[in-house]
Amino acid sequence: MVDQTSPELVTLERLAADFAGRGRDALLPALWAVQTAYGYIGPEAVRVLSQTLDIPEADIYGVIGFYSMFYDRPAGRTIIRVCTSPSCGLAGADRALHTLCDRLGTVPGGTTPDGQYTVEQTTCLGLCEHAPAALVSRQGAGEQQYAPIDIDAILAGQPGHHNGVIGSMTRVLLRDLPTDRAQTLAEYGEYVALQRALSDLMPEEVIAKIEASGLVGRGGAAFPTGLKWSFTRRAPGTPHYVVCNADESEPGTFKDRVLLEIRPHLLLEGLAICAYAIGAEQAYIFIRGEYPLATERLQQAIAEAEAAGYLGENILGSGFSLHVEVRRGAGAYICGEETALFEAIEGKRGYPRIKPPFPTTHGLFGKPTVINNVETLCKVPGIINRGGRWFRQWGTDLSTGIKLVAVSGHVQRPGVYEIPLGVTLRHVLEALCGGVVGELQAVLMGGAAGTFLRPEEIDVRLTFEDLRAIGSTLGSGAIMVFNDTVDLRDVLRRIGEFFQHESCGKCYPCQLGTQRQKEILDRLATPLPGDRQRLADIGQTMTESSLCGLGQTAAAAVLSAMRQWPELFPA
Amino acid sequence: MAEPASTVTLTIDGQSVTVPANTTILEAARSIGVDIPTICAHDATTPRGLCRLCVVDINRGRLLQPACIVPCQDGMVVETANERVRTSRRTILEMLHSAVDLSQAPAIQRYMAEYGADPQRFPEGRRREHPVLDDNAFYIRDYNKCVMCWRCMQVCAEDAQYIFALSIDARGFSSHITTAFDIPMPESTCVFCGQCVGVCPTNALKPKIEWGLEQGLSPDQIRETSRGMRRRQKPIRVE
Ligand code: SF4
Ligand code: SF4
Ligand code: SF4
Ligand code: FES
Ligand code: FES
Repeated sequence: MVDQTSPELVTLERLAADFAGRGRDALLPALWAVQTAYGYIGPEAVRVLSQTLDIPEADIYGVIGFYSMFYDRPAGRTIIRVCTSPSCGLAGADRALHTLCDRLGTVPGGTTPDGQYTVEQTTCLGLCEHAPAALVSRQGAGEQQYAPIDIDAILAGQPGHHNGVIGSMTRVLLRDLPTDRAQTLAEYGEYVALQRALSDLMPEEVIAKIEASGLVGRGGAAFPTGLKWSFTRRAPGTPHYVVCNADESEPGTFKDRVLLEIRPHLLLEGLAICAYAIGAEQAYIFIRGEYPLATERLQQAIAEAEAAGYLGENILGSGFSLHVEVRRGAGAYICGEETALFEAIEGKRGYPRIKPPFPTTHGLFGKPTVINNVETLCKVPGIINRGGRWFRQWGTDLSTGIKLVAVSGHVQRPGVYEIPLGVTLRHVLEALCGGVVGELQAVLMGGAAGTFLRPEEIDVRLTFEDLRAIGSTLGSGAIMVFNDTVDLRDVLRRIGEFFQHESCGKCYPCQLGTQRQKEILDRLATPLPGDRQRLADIGQTMTESSLCGLGQTAAAAVLSAMRQWPELFPA
Repeated sequence: MAEPASTVTLTIDGQSVTVPANTTILEAARSIGVDIPTICAHDATTPRGLCRLCVVDINRGRLLQPACIVPCQDGMVVETANERVRTSRRTILEMLHSAVDLSQAPAIQRYMAEYGADPQRFPEGRRREHPVLDDNAFYIRDYNKCVMCWRCMQVCAEDAQYIFALSIDARGFSSHITTAFDIPMPESTCVFCGQCVGVCPTNALKPKIEWGLEQGLSPDQIRETSRGMRRRQKPIRVE
């Protein structure tokens, strides 16, 4: 505890002063500042922030409790989180977790007696191609990723690392070097597409080009991007905002992380073009707290772009200005839901809002807002430069262009691959990823919220419509591969754990259903009579009656497994 | 642009009904005697669509919709109690019953019977367990009975008092109503207006006197313990 005159309190007040006058939406950055400096956010800090930002103490406490990377009491000075989601599970995450705990003399969820280390189990860290993965937070220093886990390096305080396996059939987003660091502005070149938009195109013409390309959102919902932009452009009320959803947290998804880490300027140029098109002067990039490297590289790229006059006031003398702010999430999958993400930026618990109204008219701060996924925005410069027809040379009429897929699990070369839509899943697994390791048993398409395919289904073409036709989904492009050594019940157990951990708890079907579903999935090997019908009823109720997409898909993988392998679910 | 129509006509369970635009489906249904069950909705609080007990089937859509929120539209075909709707309601009630002590929530008990919800449907399910909090002179908080309808928090905040003594900690099944850092009510900003107690549908919040009598205390004993607590109470903060 800190008393009224302690040096800590003085430091706290100085720290809080940085956020004075900024209002409630400064809460998340302020909480991060305290969390990083002190390792937790205690009552004194909450009191100071409450006064500085004029937010009730109870509300701040509620926000701390919502995010898994914030602590309201002291934890270890180093917090080690080990991912136990499916792809890491296959790669020995449980063993790594226990070895780590044994070496430190603690248990998962525990802190060593000297207060040095806390070890926790966590859900997907977006490093699935280098499984098993860990995220380490050090008091005073922030976060680092280790993939694959290197216990000695973690305990020795050495920096973490991971390097992407990247492949590209179409060489649009992922062409050229480098792949192991961020492309600099000099390497990326002058924001040509932005310059063209600003000097030659009216905002409506920019939108028309995007519409002509047939581009749909790459975050999972597949909504037509041009339409979203034109709704927002026309929506009454000012200001308008652009938000980039970089909160990629779907288990098995890591394509946005790769783009952020190696092609930050592509994203920034796409973001600026979008802002020009919809009449926004303020943009936010909301990035998950588990992506420290991507965050750092993005910040550097923004500084470079500002210095070169591609962002900031009066861009290239056009009279158009754009301010870009990066906001860090703090461990909550639900903040990838667009309205929950707005709430998070606004300094509240990340609860999804009821829709309608939709973000195009009532988004961030209640204003017209375009929210687009990282990969979606990265497609924009190419389309402006080369046109909608160029983009349509790939894909089908309904699924145009290119897509990044993130492949993890039992393939020779897990990684991110750029494909023209319409290639088969078999081509991805065999030609790009070098084949399945062992005998293929199942593919989970679209992440934990997706559906399972059987080996005889992998000739399906990867398009939105082909996958829908077989009751599956492309989702955000996550592809998890399981060979015949895997107990699918174990995979389902990890999926159940994920949704139980990440349900926000706002609506009853999902708040209660994810808990009960997990309990039944935990005991799949020794079920109670009636469990199959229980799972079916929970699944139907969550799917049809939940408030947001998380609950509406929390049973998708389970229900698909029940169709594909009924023998796993005794009545 | 044409003036928006001031009334809309829709079908609810086969009956045609005309209501003013912006009427919710719940209100429209009630106006023709069709009963839709609700837990979280309350006249004094902003609807948040939490419990989903009021879900109905609109035009056989992919998703069921909360009747307490969705406004009526011309030509809608609403089914308030078909098989899909009943499965959701029954399952929600069964899951709720397996997690929370509903013994003093008679309305929810009635719904359980009406929807054929089996109180034992989820054996071995984790329950929400909290110690009963008896920390002030006016009411007790027994969150074992709390269904997370948010009403107490809403009336304490923008829906009535602007006191902001209450919030929610944690997430998902573990989320629960509490004060900042779980401090006792008297140390919070609470002004003991009693609004929260008045809107609680499950008796999770209960006047001290009522609770004391249930515990077998005499009115004198209850007054005595309350007096002690009142003395410890901090003065109301004036901003
Ligand atoms: S569906 Fe789940 S995540 Fe979405 S609002 Fe309901 S409880 Fe929250
Ligand atoms: S009694 Fe206290 S907690 Fe309840 S509504 Fe009034 S001020 Fe808020
Ligand atoms: S304490 Fe009562 S009013 Fe408050 S959320 Fe729980 S059930 Fe609702
Ligand atoms: S990082 Fe572990 S499954 Fe994605
Ligand atoms: S009464 Fe409609 S959601 Fe609760």
